[in-house]
Amino acid sequence: MRLSLLGVNHRTAPVEIRERFAIPESRLAEATQRLARHPGVEEGMIVSTCNRVELLVSSENGHTDLRGFLREYFKTDVSPYEEHLYELNERDAVRHLFRVAASLDSMIVGEPQILGQVKEAYAVARGVGAVHSNLNGVITRAFAVAKRVRNETQVGSSSVSVASVAVELAKKIFGSLEGKHVFLVGAGKMSELAAKHLLAHGAGSIFVANRTHDRAVELAGRFQGEAIRFDELYDTADRADIVISSTGAPHAIFRREHGVKFLQRRKNRPMFFIDIAVPRDVDPEMNRLDGIFVYDIDDLQSVVASNLSDRKSEADRAEQIVEAEVDRCLARFNEKEIVPTIVSLQEQIETIRQAEIDRARGRLGAMTPEQEMAVDALTKAIVNKILHTPITTLKSAAREAEANTLEETIRRIFNLKTEAPKKDQPE
Amino acid sequence: MPLFWLRIAVILYGVGLLYSFLGLSRKSEWLSRFVIPATALGALLHLVSLVETTFEYGHIAPTTVHHSESLLAFLCMALFLAVWAVYRTTAFGIFVFPLVFLLTFAASIGQQPPEFTSELLRKGWIVAHVALIFAGYAALFLSFVASIVYLLQERGLKSKSSGTISRLPALEVIDQIGYRALILGFPFMTVGLIAGSVVAQAQFGATFFLDPKILLSLLMWAVYMLLLFTRWNSGWRGRRAAFLSSFAFLIAVGAWAANYFSGVHRFLQL
Repeated sequence: MRLSLLGVNHRTAPVEIRERFAIPESRLAEATQRLARHPGVEEGMIVSTCNRVELLVSSENGHTDLRGFLREYFKTDVSPYEEHLYELNERDAVRHLFRVAASLDSMIVGEPQILGQVKEAYAVARGVGAVHSNLNGVITRAFAVAKRVRNETQVGSSSVSVASVAVELAKKIFGSLEGKHVFLVGAGKMSELAAKHLLAHGAGSIFVANRTHDRAVELAGRFQGEAIRFDELYDTADRADIVISSTGAPHAIFRREHGVKFLQRRKNRPMFFIDIAVPRDVDPEMNRLDGIFVYDIDDLQSVVASNLSDRKSEADRAEQIVEAEVDRCLARFNEKEIVPTIVSLQEQIETIRQAEIDRARGRLGAMTPEQEMAVDALTKAIVNKILHTPITTLKSAAREAEANTLEETIRRIFNLKTEAPKKDQPE
Repeated sequence: MPLFWLRIAVILYGVGLLYSFLGLSRKSEWLSRFVIPATALGALLHLVSLVETTFEYGHIAPTTVHHSESLLAFLCMALFLAVWAVYRTTAFGIFVFPLVFLLTFAASIGQQPPEFTSELLRKGWIVAHVALIFAGYAALFLSFVASIVYLLQERGLKSKSSGTISRLPALEVIDQIGYRALILGFPFMTVGLIAGSVVAQAQFGATFFLDPKILLSLLMWAVYMLLLFTRWNSGWRGRRAAFLSSFAFLIAVGAWAANYFSGVHRFLQL
């Protein structure tokens, strides 16, 4: 069996190229079926997400023209996209599949969706019978590897964007965000994004205040929140648990004395200020007040950076796991592959033995049953002793790279026919 | 036999002690998987030991110092496990386990001859007094631990170092645990003190008031009251609450220790 993989992903191709080869979910089953029927292909699976389109196939002789499949399926010339395509075989293909499933090849390393997407692709391929024997083993192994990586490393466990770090911190202060109020002071892209994240994690209502009130009203409308006049800011801010500030003010708008007042009115319930304005909107002195937590953009970014570097070192550990799993997986496959050769070797020798016994019988004349048995035992012993070393060598070689050459040699020495690799045959 | 169970419980609590030594380091992560099963089993055996002792003496009120230590340790442990059951956090164990281990260890050293032999101990009032006060102690201790954990978490969030932050429960959760412990403990403590006063009044008349143990207990109750009051009135938490509750805790320790030089609270043969 040979494994091949052809694909484009976020690393090799911009979205304009990726979308050309994307296969929508509704047509995935049919496409997979066609892939499985493509000349030379035994089994096949197609993974198509917004970040990658990949064809994974197994073939008896390794001569499948996957580009040809793309050409036929998309009715387009593939050669202009050659620089964006990658084709991997055998070991590299297995490794790639494992890395994809374990989310090591993702744009955001460790994000959890990709495993689900590969599982769906697999379910579709199984559904149409495109995956049954060999490929099945490799793909289910990939799921096991992904699980191992998730269990044994921290690769997917930390937030790596400013908005998600803000959510994570808010949760560390308030526990659940359920029913917490968010105040947006100033309307910017980033504060909007952070607010969206907070709402998605359960935060209750939103207040918006902006120098231009119309903008506040518009933004509040989008979040079904409440617009607050900017001059009422100090009287209302204490109603919020989380304040996201991003005005263009040249100096701090929230100062220590405001903080003291807020805390008094809130009966010291904690408040979280997320200051993403430059210059800063929140006086860092506020952070000294018991119960007020101020994170400015640098603080948030340094959390992101430390999470990213955690992820990086965890990803290195994950790569080691993948590498070891690739070795194990291939070893198992090669062992399985070598079996036919061993069987035909044994058959070949057995035929010779039988033929020689028959010939000898003519010359020896009638033998007593004891003599028959003695001859049989003698020849069998010779055959087994001679075959012992070649077979054990083949078996142990199967786990290593030299398996193919050794297998070839043995087939030639013993003149074994049958399913020898058909590499030299014309298609 | 009660001692046998108690000694096994001590060994199991040792896992908890180890956990609190590792503290918030990364190594404690793998241990956190065993710490609850081990200490919960310990608490179960501890309960068995307490029940057996109760049958031996025919009443629940402690008859020896060791017995009372064991009872208090068990109540602390039970509260800790209750917190774990509701909030799924083992962080409080860092401070709870050492105390529980110490008390249980002391209690398991050996069997003492019954020390408090007074007939008083068989009276229902005393049983109520002891059980309630001990529950109050345990709750007070838990809220004290909560205030320390709160400070740790607050420090972590303020200093913006992500290390410790991730291992502790959320600030408001810690606050809630501490507050609930206070709310739970206060009625126990109050009713417990009243029950004790009733007995003492009947036995000694009004003079029992001037005993150091009684005075410390009343002071502790007052600080307890203050804790609740500042909480309700101005939402004190964090540093100020931690200060107050460590004060209350210190007095509680004093009141506990005062047993050794108290006149009215010794329950010797009268």
